[in-house]
Amino acid sequence: MTAQVSTIADTRSESSPRSAPRVLLYAVLILFAIYYLLPLFIMVVNSVKPLSEIQGGNMLSLPAQWTLEPWQKAWNEAQIGVQATGLQPYFLNSILMVVPAVAISTILGALNGYVLTKYRFPGHKIVFGLMLFACFIPFQIVLIPTARILGTLGIAGTIYGLILVHVVYGLGFTTLYFRNYYEAFPTELVRAAQVDGASFFKIFYRILLPSSGPIIVVTVIWQFTNVWNDFLFGASFSGPNAMPITVALNNLVNSSTGVKEYNVHFAGALLAALPTLIVYIVAGRFFVRGLMSGAVKG
Amino acid sequence: MAFLEINRLEKSYGAMSVLKGINLAMEEGGFLVLVGPSGCGKSTLLNTIAGLESISSGEIKIAGRRVNDRRPSERDIAMVFQSYALYPNMTVAQNIAFGLEMRKVPKPERDKAVAEVAETLQIGHLLNRKPSQLSGGQRQRVAMGRALVRKPKLFLFDEPLSNLDAKLRVDMRTEIKRLHNSLGTTIVYVTHDQIEAMTLATKIAVLKDGHLQQFGTPAEIYNDPVNTFVADFMGSPPMNLVPGELVMSGKAYAVAIERDGTAPVVLPIANDRTVVSPAGQKVVLGIRPEAITDVDGADRNAKNVIRVSCRTEVVEPAGSDTFVVTRLGGKDVVARMRSDAAVKLHSTTDFAYNMDRAVLFDPASGNRVA
Ligand SMILES: Nc1ncnc2c1ncn2[C@@H]1O[C@H](COP(=O)(O)OP(=O)(O)O)[C@@H](O)[C@H]1O
Ligand SMILES: [Mg+2]
Repeated sequence: MTAQVSTIADTRSESSPRSAPRVLLYAVLILFAIYYLLPLFIMVVNSVKPLSEIQGGNMLSLPAQWTLEPWQKAWNEAQIGVQATGLQPYFLNSILMVVPAVAISTILGALNGYVLTKYRFPGHKIVFGLMLFACFIPFQIVLIPTARILGTLGIAGTIYGLILVHVVYGLGFTTLYFRNYYEAFPTELVRAAQVDGASFFKIFYRILLPSSGPIIVVTVIWQFTNVWNDFLFGASFSGPNAMPITVALNNLVNSSTGVKEYNVHFAGALLAALPTLIVYIVAGRFFVRGLMSGAVKG
Repeated sequence: MAFLEINRLEKSYGAMSVLKGINLAMEEGGFLVLVGPSGCGKSTLLNTIAGLESISSGEIKIAGRRVNDRRPSERDIAMVFQSYALYPNMTVAQNIAFGLEMRKVPKPERDKAVAEVAETLQIGHLLNRKPSQLSGGQRQRVAMGRALVRKPKLFLFDEPLSNLDAKLRVDMRTEIKRLHNSLGTTIVYVTHDQIEAMTLATKIAVLKDGHLQQFGTPAEIYNDPVNTFVADFMGSPPMNLVPGELVMSGKAYAVAIERDGTAPVVLPIANDRTVVSPAGQKVVLGIRPEAITDVDGADRNAKNVIRVSCRTEVVEPAGSDTFVVTRLGGKDVVARMRSDAAVKLHSTTDFAYNMDRAVLFDPASGNRVA
């Protein structure tokens, strides 16, 4: 009580008693930061060490001898499939899968959100309800039916198959994001554009899309992370030539022949995680902003 | 021939009927105001004219052409929305030109049209701004510019002034009236403000709960309301509605009204009126405040002026006039006196009732009986 009174009476004083809880707050935050950064730290330092140092038991220390050889090995020498190609071709597979999958599911989600809010039809609530429901179906349940469908379509074991699966599975989420965002978008703008003579798609890309930046960022990050990190669909539906990097990494780490090259494994894991990290670092601040903003200022 | 024709129009959302058999006809160059309390279906009616809402049955004709199944862009209309609905990502110039762009008008022509409209509305200096950088009044002008630039056959306004402050609203009202006079365009205008309706309209349609109550010129609506709803809704202060009884006074009809303390007042009905109720019937007398004046201020041309003395309950000087409240038939009755009339509070004063301007309603249905 007295402390508080003195703060109010003497706010310009530099040795404010408020700084005590501040210090505590920072201490806790720093502790959490260390807690979360420690695994990353271990991965990074061990990926630039020769294997002998790790086998010597010095997991936590900085490398005595710095080397990029494990990274290079993980990238293009390690034995994963039949040939010793490293992670490189699988990284490319993941890119070829994730870019179209994210683009298509985001565009379709935006169109769904547009129709479900601005071109309402009888039963639109049921359609939306069913799409929402799709978000909660566990992956495992749909594995066998999906395999059948991919087989019927003749795209089993291909990257196209994986793209299709990820688009369909992501659609529930992307639709949810865009529908909620467009729900707050003023309908009078759409009506004004209709009177002005703009077509369905013109209204979409001239009026709605330019105001959709934040939600596009949210959706792209969400989809990119999920599709890139997916293991189950990748392991179930990819043939030897369509394997995404998550599955390849698993094969690298679990290969039973020879010595375990931990430094190469760490480097490989870092390589696999790099794209999502970059996406977060580049677009992360828009992510939070997008989650917070609903309405369009006009 | 009517320019805008609406025949037996019905609109329902599922089981809920919102517009119930609307019939309207409007000549070219007219200014039609749809007025009524909030939720009565004004916007819905306007949106069906625009083609933004489908209709359940009936017919809409613009310039002799049935447009029921036409899209908004094919109806040759432009619309100004309550929220202005300016495209937030475009500049003012792009906003105004958007309709022309969608209609594939070449860029040089578009620029010329935008410049002309900007000149008319004095928004030339705003053309490169975004809507978020404009004040409410400026946004309003841009929204009108977007409608004007296409030179459509029909303009639709949905409560365009309701988001402006009082002073600006009056200014913009005058401006809209001036634009209508100078451009000679046909306008359908929605408002819940009866003063806006009276000042702007050449024809007024009064709506309530999806029913068209009355359709006529502002003078008809004001002087000759078809029912107590219209009488009460239009005019400020509204028409006095006083319960009484229809009696015979000699050979003519009259209304007898209870008065506190003394004998009932008997007010004769002008004998050129057709009265559709028999004597002895309960009625409601409708009389505008300006038809009840101080004795010297009575209309000299009126044939039927009755002097009634009543006790004054409230005296409200309003500058140009003084409103005086008395009690008659258990209701407050507002009289509109000249500001220099000598009226004392709580004293018995003589009032002149101009019965030429009085109307009678049925108390149960609210409809006119004389
Ligand atoms: N899309 C809709 N679905 C269901 N009811 C609606 C819809 N739009 C309007 N209504 C109803 O129709 C009635 C008239 O609405 P509206 O035309 O907006 O009234 P006003 O403009 O006169 O205030 C209201 O009762 C409103 O609730
Ligand atoms: Mg409305």
